[in-house]
Amino acid sequence: MIVSFTLNGERATARVMAPTSLLDILRDEMALPGSKSACEQGECGSCSVMLDDELVCSCLVMAVDAEGSDIRTVEGMSSGDFLHPVQEAMHQAGAVQCGFCTPGFVVAAVDLFEKNPKPSRDEIKEALAGNLCRCTGYGAILRAFEDLAGGQK
Amino acid sequence: MTTKTIRPVADIDGVIGDSPLRPDGIPKLKGEFDFAQDLSADLMLWGATVRSPHPHARIVSIDIAPALAIGGVHAVLTADDVPGRAVFGLEHPDQPVLASGKVNYWGEPVVVVAAEDVRTARAAARAVVVEYEVLEPLVEIDEADRRDEVFRRMRIRRGDQDVTGDVIVEGTYEVGMQDQAPLGTEAGLAVPDGSGGVDLYATTQFVHIDQEQVVASLGLRPDQVRSHPTGIGGAFGAREDVNLHIHLCLLALHTGRPVKMVYHRSESFTGHVHRHPARLWYRHHADRDGRLVRVEATVAIDGGAYASTTSAVLANAAYFAVGPYRCDSVAVDGVGTRTNNPPCGAMRGFGAVQVCFGYEAQMDRLAAEIGIEPLELRRRNALATGDPMPTTGQIIQTPLPTIDVIDSLEAMPLMGTSPSENPSDLPGGSGLTSDAAHIVAGVGYALGIKNLGFSEGSDDYAQARVRLTSEGAVVETAAIEVGQGLVSVLAQILRTELGISRAIVRHVDTSQIDSAGSTSASRQTQISGGATLEAARNLHARVLQAHGGDRLDDEGVWKGDGLVAPMSVVLEAHWEETVTFRHPPTFASDEDGQGVVHADFAVAGHRAVVSVDAELGLVKVHRVDTAQDVGKALNPQSVRGQIEGGIMQGVGLAVMEELVVSEGVIKNPNFTDYLLPTILDAPDVEALLIEQEGSWGPYGAKGVGESPTISSTAAVAAAIRDATGREIARVPVRPQDIAL
Repeated sequence: MIVSFTLNGERATARVMAPTSLLDILRDEMALPGSKSACEQGECGSCSVMLDDELVCSCLVMAVDAEGSDIRTVEGMSSGDFLHPVQEAMHQAGAVQCGFCTPGFVVAAVDLFEKNPKPSRDEIKEALAGNLCRCTGYGAILRAFEDLAGGQK
Repeated sequence: MTTKTIRPVADIDGVIGDSPLRPDGIPKLKGEFDFAQDLSADLMLWGATVRSPHPHARIVSIDIAPALAIGGVHAVLTADDVPGRAVFGLEHPDQPVLASGKVNYWGEPVVVVAAEDVRTARAAARAVVVEYEVLEPLVEIDEADRRDEVFRRMRIRRGDQDVTGDVIVEGTYEVGMQDQAPLGTEAGLAVPDGSGGVDLYATTQFVHIDQEQVVASLGLRPDQVRSHPTGIGGAFGAREDVNLHIHLCLLALHTGRPVKMVYHRSESFTGHVHRHPARLWYRHHADRDGRLVRVEATVAIDGGAYASTTSAVLANAAYFAVGPYRCDSVAVDGVGTRTNNPPCGAMRGFGAVQVCFGYEAQMDRLAAEIGIEPLELRRRNALATGDPMPTTGQIIQTPLPTIDVIDSLEAMPLMGTSPSENPSDLPGGSGLTSDAAHIVAGVGYALGIKNLGFSEGSDDYAQARVRLTSEGAVVETAAIEVGQGLVSVLAQILRTELGISRAIVRHVDTSQIDSAGSTSASRQTQISGGATLEAARNLHARVLQAHGGDRLDDEGVWKGDGLVAPMSVVLEAHWEETVTFRHPPTFASDEDGQGVVHADFAVAGHRAVVSVDAELGLVKVHRVDTAQDVGKALNPQSVRGQIEGGIMQGVGLAVMEELVVSEGVIKNPNFTDYLLPTILDAPDVEALLIEQEGSWGPYGAKGVGESPTISSTAAVAAAIRDATGREIARVPVRPQDIAL
């Protein structure tokens, strides 16, 4: 069947032939491989996208359920050469190592800062508790968003 | 101690000692970075693997016909289709490319398929019918030892074997099986070149060793296989061994089409090696002042079904079994067993982690027995430059600031020990599981030591090629960036040495440059960094000499205040310098384990602060502070990233990360049941970098990647002991180890 949605601000359609996750459609059909597949069960947050302004694991959303939705992926967070402040804060703080979890953190943090521009340290931790990072130990990620919340960047 | 002068370069951002923004940061943040999972090619097929459902069985028959009958299936290959060497292995080739006759572990590859899309490939894999005759698996480490099913035994005897101490403490310890759990699963793409060869792009830490093994098993000439660096989603040791590499090339050459494969998470847990589980026995003898008189130890690690790096991991465990302490009478016996458990190999810390948990528990016992503080006991025994290693007798030539680590840890303000009102700081978290009345606090210390670079006579080298071009200064290397920040540090070396602000790190394939060795053993900054430094210095000297100048920068060659050759003139010549760098030679040890076995050492210490609900057995790790011997911090931000990330993995092993293996079967191969620390589990970290130059690494730098993982686990265990009074003889510490 054909599924229609808004993808990073533009109208898009996808042909869904079998029970398929939104993540697979984004990566394989829509040529947006920024969202990552790492656990396939909603534990790691690497596939995080915004679905109608709600943060979801796209591996847990059936593609057909995205019909009529407004989807924003990591590819939609920056604008040309201009990074989103969340991305800029991570870059400055050294919060990127292997980078596999990075898109998920970007999307989850954009969601956090859109809803709460001045999150406390605990609110940052709570908002990012669904995203696993294996490289950084989370220190630089936390510093990035504390700096951003504090208006230092 | 020698000191090296860093060439002064004015007004360039991102020289040595700076923390420039990572060149791969922006593409990674924008989701534009190409990981192996993201690669594709025209006419690409997808591969899938049929794996053994038994840890030990005889293969009675394999029927591939049902798979071949599925539309869109292009190849279904078994061991009979492997044209070259039937086995592979990092050190000792013993692991079948595809199982033949028998399977020896749960999840062992038996058949590989290629089909038009991933769904069809997986359906074809399910359709293959393999008939097995199930055999009894050998899973007990003691039983394997008794049957002499071993990959290696180690025996170390140093000094008078008859001495005993006034104070003796004895203990047995156990370490569970940890997984590297890199966020990116194994993935790759193999592309046939149309004339019998193949190009491979796959998750790896070491392209040249992959290429060698593909060449051998495919029966090709070395020039027919090119292994290309690609985007790696973390490694931590899991990517040293071949897994899908030979399968992909086999399928690509068989079908004449590009073939891609991506392991799903549960497959990844069986598709790479793990950290060796270990059993340790120790008897420490000391005088009444706490000075070590004799250390006796047995170290048993289980290598699982195939060799991987078990020999080297066991050697490390044995050589570092005493820790960073002086002792003149040592006896260590070690065994690395062969069983039907999942194969184990490299993981950050490589044998040094397991023994550290044992010897540091012993040091705390000794301190308690003698009645002195844990750090004071360690100070009285601290190993230093000029001392013999307690195990091998090798005289330590480079700076080993054990005493500075101890002093620094003692001087760092102790925080996090007072009760917190914040629910998320409670053991068990904000679910308010814990009862405040049952919560007790504890503080624990541990020190660790490890070798840097390859040991025991390995020819450990890296090649780098530096060019001066219109794009800027370029270094070409086959060293793999797994996330650690080599892309930054090599560029910093170029800027520092050449005075050129635009510095580019170019990852090239195995046909374009000689090996850089593995991104492991904390070695690339020292060894590929060393090659880059030497090549850049040679090139710099040649450019200056050619133009009679005394300084090079973006504008060209200067003599005093005068520009003697603008860059456009300098670039009329072709500037290229290739260097192969080797660290000081090492040697195999003698029959008593004695000799110059290691190239360099690093020491670190950790102080953990925990609170524990002793009733429920729940632990919250509040802080892990550290002092670490880094030689020279070339990029302080990256060093801190390694420290915080390494500590998190150490904390994981201490309190939550364990692959549960029952009768050879992994019971929790997924992220729901294999618990990885989240940001809510992350301790606050204060890190003090101890810089004492004198190592052979560039500018005196030492590798920094593994030290954070070695003693952080032991420090957390010590803190739990301090809080609860429990023995804590096993990690990961489970609720029942505290509460029952």
